[in-house]
Amino acid sequence: MTGDADDLKAALLTRIEAASDLKELDDVRVEALGKKGRITEQMKGLGALDPEARKAAGQALNVLKETIATAIEARKFGLERDALNAKLVDDQVDVSLPARPETMGRLHPISQTLDEIIAIFGEMGFAVAEGPDIESDYYNFTALNMPAEHPARQMHDTFYMADDQGGVDMTTVLRTHTSPVQVRTMESQKPPIRIIAPGRTYRSDSDMTHTPMFHQVEGLVIDKKTHFGHLKGVLQDFCSAYFEIDDIPLQFRPSYFPFTEPSAEVDIGCSRKGGELTIGPGEGWLEILGCGMVNPKVLAMSGIDPDEYQGFAFGMGIERIAMLKYGIPDLRTFFDADLRWLKHYGFVPLEAASLVRGLTP
Amino acid sequence: MKFTLSWLKDHLETDASLTEITDALTSLGLELEGVDDPAAKLGPFTIAYVREAKQHPNADRLRVCMVETGTGDVVQVVCGAPNARTGMKGVFAPAGSHIPGTGVDLKPGVIRGEESNGMLCSEREMGLSDDHDGIIDLPEDAPIGMSFAEYRGLNDPVIDIAITPDRGDCLGVRGVARDLAAKGLGTLKPLDLSPVEGTYDSPIQWARSSDIGSDVPYVAGRHFRGVKNGPSPAWMQRRLIAIGLRPISALVDITNYVSFDLGRPLHVFDAAKVQGDTLTMRRAKAGETILALDEKTYTLEDGMPVIGDAAGPQGIGGVMGGELSGCTDDTTEVFLEVALFDPIRVAETGRRLNIDSDARYRFERGLDTQGLVWGPEVTARLVQKLCGGEVSRLTTAGDIPDNRKTLTLRTDRLESFGGLAVPAEECQAILDRLGFETTRDGDVITAITPTWRNDVEHEQCLIEEVLRVRGFDAIPAVSLDRETALSQPILTLGQRRVAFAKKQLAQRGMFEAVTWSFLAKADAVTFGGDPQVLALANPISADLDAMRPSILPNLLAAAQRNTGRGYADLALFEVGPVFRGRGPKDQDMVATGIRAGKQIPRHWMETSRSPDVFDAKADVMAVLEACGAPIDRLQVGDDVAPDWYHPGRFGTLRLGPMLLARFGEIHPAIAKDYDLRGRVAAFEIFMDVIPQPKAKKGGGKTRPLLKASPLQPVGRDFAFLVDANVSAEKVVRAVLGADKALITDVSVFDVYQGADMAGKKSIALAVTLQPVDATLTDKDLDALADKVVTSVHKATGGVLRG
Repeated sequence: MTGDADDLKAALLTRIEAASDLKELDDVRVEALGKKGRITEQMKGLGALDPEARKAAGQALNVLKETIATAIEARKFGLERDALNAKLVDDQVDVSLPARPETMGRLHPISQTLDEIIAIFGEMGFAVAEGPDIESDYYNFTALNMPAEHPARQMHDTFYMADDQGGVDMTTVLRTHTSPVQVRTMESQKPPIRIIAPGRTYRSDSDMTHTPMFHQVEGLVIDKKTHFGHLKGVLQDFCSAYFEIDDIPLQFRPSYFPFTEPSAEVDIGCSRKGGELTIGPGEGWLEILGCGMVNPKVLAMSGIDPDEYQGFAFGMGIERIAMLKYGIPDLRTFFDADLRWLKHYGFVPLEAASLVRGLTP
Repeated sequence: MKFTLSWLKDHLETDASLTEITDALTSLGLELEGVDDPAAKLGPFTIAYVREAKQHPNADRLRVCMVETGTGDVVQVVCGAPNARTGMKGVFAPAGSHIPGTGVDLKPGVIRGEESNGMLCSEREMGLSDDHDGIIDLPEDAPIGMSFAEYRGLNDPVIDIAITPDRGDCLGVRGVARDLAAKGLGTLKPLDLSPVEGTYDSPIQWARSSDIGSDVPYVAGRHFRGVKNGPSPAWMQRRLIAIGLRPISALVDITNYVSFDLGRPLHVFDAAKVQGDTLTMRRAKAGETILALDEKTYTLEDGMPVIGDAAGPQGIGGVMGGELSGCTDDTTEVFLEVALFDPIRVAETGRRLNIDSDARYRFERGLDTQGLVWGPEVTARLVQKLCGGEVSRLTTAGDIPDNRKTLTLRTDRLESFGGLAVPAEECQAILDRLGFETTRDGDVITAITPTWRNDVEHEQCLIEEVLRVRGFDAIPAVSLDRETALSQPILTLGQRRVAFAKKQLAQRGMFEAVTWSFLAKADAVTFGGDPQVLALANPISADLDAMRPSILPNLLAAAQRNTGRGYADLALFEVGPVFRGRGPKDQDMVATGIRAGKQIPRHWMETSRSPDVFDAKADVMAVLEACGAPIDRLQVGDDVAPDWYHPGRFGTLRLGPMLLARFGEIHPAIAKDYDLRGRVAAFEIFMDVIPQPKAKKGGGKTRPLLKASPLQPVGRDFAFLVDANVSAEKVVRAVLGADKALITDVSVFDVYQGADMAGKKSIALAVTLQPVDATLTDKDLDALADKVVTSVHKATGGVLRG
């Protein structure tokens, strides 16, 4: 009996393995496990045995039946997979063809630069303040110690709105700098104050290196203890972080602005070796911003007691520092919306600039 | 402000090198603009003697010269100049030198078989003039071997510095020297300001009209007779030429020289041409005219300060003298004007007459009031020295104003305000060297400002003086304390939303543009702006003469430019300001975008198509969702399309009365104006209108608990026949309203509106039902279907399509 069972098992397994399609496999199944199958027949024959023998033979037959059924299932799965794969060959495509069209747009370099500026000054505790582009002459000039006769107020420097007779409304200007936001902030907020104010600014100027509109970011710190050394420290920290160059050399030159005293212009180290401009330690200097301690007259006009409070202000051109960092050669191209330029100099819109995650995508 | 090194050294005793001086200037706030050192270019050129010049054996027009260069060598040079001859002295350039006039580096060579080891130069080759008729022919006494630059006096570097508007005192060389001396680069030499004894009374007297007031507080003068005008001496001419002035005559050159040397503008009248015996500082009457020294006639406005004689205006106060009473070579009698004019008045006069002059430049920046005292003396000495003759006694009118201020400097403020501790003694020494009169009581200095420092007004100015003399480099940089351990949020929600919108739109394939805030007035009108309110008085050009009421025209113009360049498939956006009016609250932040050309380009597996209103709507919805607007509650408004939108393909999104966005397609007629073919999708999202979310009670960011049902959602499809003018949104809302608990989603999967529909359309909807407690029975579903049909019918009159 045992020998027969082994032979049967071997014979069936061989045939299962040899089945070349589902039909053939099913024939084997019927022959082994069908109503008149060989295993089924043997099961029927168990009744003729004595109980002891029946038990032993029954167990053996069950194992055999199980083995054969599993083998058939496995072979069936294999045959089905083979059949599917054979079909999939016809479904083949040329995967070198382009995928469905999708475009990732780009952010303008001004947005990216502004994002970076905010990330850095944010780490130093500066909030972001805003003000209107169309300003009163008071906020743009008078409150910044530029009285009525100041030369910057001339029409060849400053845009004025027309009055309703088509003349000049000398009290309404397009802000020439973001400094009016300083005044608005000081009027509305008690010290300590720590803000930056980015935005559009306008000057009546248009040539190779000037555009009638550009962006500035203003900085203002007012409290009881901030001194000129802090101004140097903040700008040093900013420039090193922004240009991503440790200890980038800065030079503070005494200068003059009506709203600060002392005032300084700040140059950043650069090299022009081989006709190529590189920011960093080098033989040259490049002016990037103006700054100073807020003039006591300006504090007083904004309702802050200059005997009690002091602080600094600075202003820099956003396009200018974007050009320097990213090597963009021409200011005028910023406002042309040339797709080729936007693609080339723009930034993928992923995460916001951050000192911890990295400034640039 | 330009001056030469030797000129500076008239006032400054110093051993400092040129570089030390120029570095110091910048660190003092007198920013170096440039140094022109002719000697550097002419360094290799020396005076040489042509011992012999003989005919070149192989060339008719060349000579072979044996040249003594002064070093003991005799060098053979082949020279083509017609005037090269034995015994002459010329300028020699050895082999290896760079010839500035031709840009050639000289190499030793052989010319037609004769060696040539240098060059005898013409003026053009030296870069001195265009003269190329022959080589430079120097006098016999020119010393052989001497530097030619030195011989010609060309070894005086010209220094150019920028003077900030507060430093009128440095518009004279002496002021610059004083600053350098204060910084320790030498000592300021004494200047002879002593009075000159006049020998007679001036036949012309100064007067001030009664109403001239502080516009001309004081004027002084002297009369000169028996003077001989002519060219000024070579040293003076050289300096004037070096700084870009044209020498005219001794008398005129003296006035220019004193102006640049001491920062004191002067005017000299030809006394013989002055009518009457008085020159008066008075106000012009409207319409008076004057022929000024620039040979132009100016019509004066009422009240402008002028210098008048009996005949009329002879000078425009502080701006320019008159031509008719000006000095010429024939002048023998001179009358001098040393006056003080109000800076603001001078600036205004100059501006209104459109005259820029060296005098105006100085007067508007404020002058040394003591110049009124020493000006006539210094000038008298120069006139006598250069032109001879006699000097009258002084004539004056008015009073010299006292512009000195007494200020206090608490020297501990250097550290607490300036960031640099400077000992009180040093502060005092610096102020003293700058010309302040100081007394010190411990750490407190009392300083009387010098008469030439109109800019020093308060303690901070004194701190600035000390700091800039010490140099800003000396101030240690100190990082700012943040005052909190961690950085804090610094952006308002509005500011963040602008960033969200930009990122969202760029991620959707749009490119961010930044365009002008202004545009052409006609475009402002086309896009809904009020030209009265938005017009600029002085635009940079006619096509940028109004503030923009919308960003769309700028983006359309950008699309036009890009299309012209061959990039017609585009998606551009800008998030920026637009203007309703000119007040501080009339400015809105608007996210604006357009899509033009092909929305889907030709592609092997996609169907190419143009952008349309639904692309614009998708952009709007995406931005509003990114900005946290309550998307589910937004309604499409029934607003009439503004003129620049396609009237049938336009919509708004509203939240109650608030208009959050407009979207649609640009009116084809307008698109055509921008040469754009096909549909142009456009949107405007009003960022400031998006509502702020309600703050959570007690703060925190907890979200409501998700109640995800364990039961499967069930889908049911409906098709309704409604009037063609019923909006899909209305039908959808009616369905949603049928059972707010059960119906969780409704989507439109088909719209059919054919000619056979008789003014009706069919809208097919897939409705998602989410059972909450128990599986829905057929009975439940039937009941729900009834509710849906009833609700739609009630709201829209629509019926279930059979």
